[in-house]
Amino acid sequence: MKNKSSLIRRMGKQWQLYVLLLIPIVFALVFKYGSMIGLVTALKDYKVVKGFWDSEWVGLDVFRKIFGMKNFGLAVRNTLLLNILTLLFGFPMPIILALLLNEIKNVYYKRITQTLLYLPHFLSFVIIGAIAYQLFGMNSGVVNNLIDSLGGARIPFLQEDMHWLFTYVLISVWQSMGWGSIIYLAAIAGVNPELYEAATIDGANRFQRIIYITLPCIKSTAVTLLIMNLGKVMGGSFESVFALRNAATTEFTTTIPVLIYQFGIMGGKFSESTAMGLFQSGVGVILVLFSDFIAKKMGEEGLI
Amino acid sequence: MSKTNRRMSTCTTNKIADICIYLIIGLISATCVLPFIHIAAKSVSEEVYVIANKVFLIPEGFILDAYKKVLNDASIIRSFFVSVWVTVLFTVLGMIITLCAAYPLSRKNLIGRKKITLFFMITMYFNGGMIPEYLLVNSLNLLDTMAALILPLAFSAYNFLIMKTSLQTSIPESLIESAYLDGASEFRILGNIIIPLSKPIIATLTLFYAVGRWNAYSDALFYIKQNVNIRPLQLKLYNLVIASTESIQDTVEGTAMLTNPEVLKAACIMFATVPILCIYPFVQKYFVQGTLIGSVKE
Repeated sequence: MKNKSSLIRRMGKQWQLYVLLLIPIVFALVFKYGSMIGLVTALKDYKVVKGFWDSEWVGLDVFRKIFGMKNFGLAVRNTLLLNILTLLFGFPMPIILALLLNEIKNVYYKRITQTLLYLPHFLSFVIIGAIAYQLFGMNSGVVNNLIDSLGGARIPFLQEDMHWLFTYVLISVWQSMGWGSIIYLAAIAGVNPELYEAATIDGANRFQRIIYITLPCIKSTAVTLLIMNLGKVMGGSFESVFALRNAATTEFTTTIPVLIYQFGIMGGKFSESTAMGLFQSGVGVILVLFSDFIAKKMGEEGLI
Repeated sequence: MSKTNRRMSTCTTNKIADICIYLIIGLISATCVLPFIHIAAKSVSEEVYVIANKVFLIPEGFILDAYKKVLNDASIIRSFFVSVWVTVLFTVLGMIITLCAAYPLSRKNLIGRKKITLFFMITMYFNGGMIPEYLLVNSLNLLDTMAALILPLAFSAYNFLIMKTSLQTSIPESLIESAYLDGASEFRILGNIIIPLSKPIIATLTLFYAVGRWNAYSDALFYIKQNVNIRPLQLKLYNLVIASTESIQDTVEGTAMLTNPEVLKAACIMFATVPILCIYPFVQKYFVQGTLIGSVKE
């Protein structure tokens, strides 16, 4: 009893801090936790006329329905496919870039190239998509114009399914590689220079120094990032896919978020689309927890 | 003799390796800037050359009609100002919320600190997703309002974490303690000590909020449907250039000659990209710092 009242008194002394906290708590409560309540829509037969509270409970019926849909299976496959391909090619590129940048001794050259390499990260996906169509368009894209003037046949980079997949991965990797190298550059900067000096005295050449010193020193960063990214392979990337898709390429562009958009916001089928989202984030959470577990097992610092 | 030879050859190998590295990095960097040069060239070229696919990196002819047309389309200019206004309001609100969350929770003696921090951090890993968020915005009657683009994303757990980590590591507890003993209120400590001392991190997070808001288009796509007057620039650009569901409203006399959509699209892209390109060299440094803090956990 006495303890409790002294706790309240101590909290009372800090009332000003709690007043400050009130603003973010209200925002998190309304907009973050508030939207989580909406997840029960997945368990209801949502009817606009009845509204959110009065729609009927249907248990797992909605999930049964979406699992039976051909499009949903396709969307799951595409989400995994796009993310895994992007990870496969996008993971090594920042490491390679960081190793190369680290070898550049001319400060100005390094600064200018880094500035250019980071640039795509700052552009919106709309701009990236718009540029992609200007570059890779079939009839007037500059890449095809070049191919054409060299005597080759025009390539449907964004107008045919398999080519689209390739172009998407290329653009995703291109956009993220420069920015991704920052963290490796920081890791490389943290390597003890005495290691390099000792290796040089022992006769190690430049390449050997990279293989036997730099790479082992950034291994832990790389492993952590790889595992964490593996945890995100079920994640949604709405903006990047949506800005590059077009009517001619629907085979790989229907990812889960795109399907949710079409079903829910365009089609008004809120129960089905909420269930799709819930399935995606549910699997996502399991993957993140699993990868966190693996990371900790391997002695790396986990995510959570 | 043989030793000198070997040293000489290592030296040449090194030189060659250097040249290769400089070349590779130079080429990859070029892929990040050449697209813009091409589009800039296209946007000021004369139409005939663009139609004939003759424009690569250097403008063919020089004519600003496309820009005149873009700048004379009232809806594009309006979108631009909507974006500016939304970005400013969102950034100010976001920073207030972030400071109000991060400062109290950076104080080690705050009772309930762990629990409240957890309450905020949960939102980083769990969220309602697209449709529940849409239904929430709908039930708050925020659809087709600017507030739909400002309020829902104003609290960011990621930015909160960066701010909290930074305050904990950069501001000594003893400084706050002594100010407190001198009778300063928490609000005064925040305003007169914390904020002036954490200008770099405030600048960084301001940019995180501002650039993120400026670039995002999906929420505008979801929430702004009927009220075409408050479409932000990115959504307008999406409709004009990618989806081609809209075209530029022709209001200028004498430029009716300009019909090729490619030149106009190029001008639109430049119009939307130039603001970012202008501030980019100055803000890049802050972004690098912020990202590195974000990658180091508590």
